[in-house]
Amino acid sequence: MGNNGHEHHLMSFKMHLQVIAALFFLTFVTVWVAQFDFGAFNVVIALGVATVKALLVMAYFMHLKWDSKMNIVIFATSFFFLLLLAAFAVLDIFTRVNPRL
Amino acid sequence: MSTVKHHVGHHFRDHDHEYDSAKQGIWLFMCTEVLMFGAILVAFLIFQSKYAASWEEGASLLDWKKGALNTGVLLTSSLTMALAIYFIRVGKRQAAVLNLAITLICGCIFMGIKYVEYTHKFHLGIYPGEFFKYADAASSHLNLYVSFYFLLTGLHGLHVLIGMGLITWMMIRILKGHYGPDHWTGVEGVGIFWHLVDLVWIYLFPILYLI
Repeated sequence: MGNNGHEHHLMSFKMHLQVIAALFFLTFVTVWVAQFDFGAFNVVIALGVATVKALLVMAYFMHLKWDSKMNIVIFATSFFFLLLLAAFAVLDIFTRVNPRL
Repeated sequence: MSTVKHHVGHHFRDHDHEYDSAKQGIWLFMCTEVLMFGAILVAFLIFQSKYAASWEEGASLLDWKKGALNTGVLLTSSLTMALAIYFIRVGKRQAAVLNLAITLICGCIFMGIKYVEYTHKFHLGIYPGEFFKYADAASSHLNLYVSFYFLLTGLHGLHVLIGMGLITWMMIRILKGHYGPDHWTGVEGVGIFWHLVDLVWIYLFPILYLI
């Protein structure tokens, strides 16, 4: 028995600490960058930094980097459909002739 | 600690088959979570562009320091969750249980800070929806922002509580010897769920508290 049919990757203890250090640094960046006003880009920058953090958590803590291609595709699909939802919602809301609707 | 031999379900070829199937199931479940939180976030951001003044006033009602502190707490808990899996896989079960215990404590601290934030808002009359009776509201759609705030953080908090229950369950099962270097599927599944809760907060913190 055992998870022995194919080798399962084990991330080193040190790498765990490197990832958490990067995440705390990026949290600091998130707070630091929020004090500047970039107008409409405030949301874009905040989402951008958050996405880098999210990718770190997904790749290393959730171990997706060494997971099967199938699981990576499955999880990526959810973000594709979320993007689709956002795109069509934005197209609808911001192209209405009567903006009060 | 004694080890209980894991028996592979009769509908699986071998342990690898069981492990891969279980993980695929967890990832499919994570897709539903992304879509659920994502849909609310999309609505939140669309309303933000429509009622920018209310969203700005709403964010000013939140204490970003408490949000940042909670971010640190959840990131730490993600580290200890990942380390728990690391230790179970290298055969150090006591270290795994200790890391899960720290994860659990981080969950408690997170909910404690959330409790302080919520009660402070209730005290000011900041309730969601029709119960909103904040006297100093300057903009017209502040109650909409507040409703989103409670929906997003409430749903997230519910996930933290469920995650804490699952972690407790995993601690008991590790102590009973159900998991070890040959079999850790359950702990890994709970870990992925817990990291997703962290993932959601990574987006909620800047979007709610900072923008």
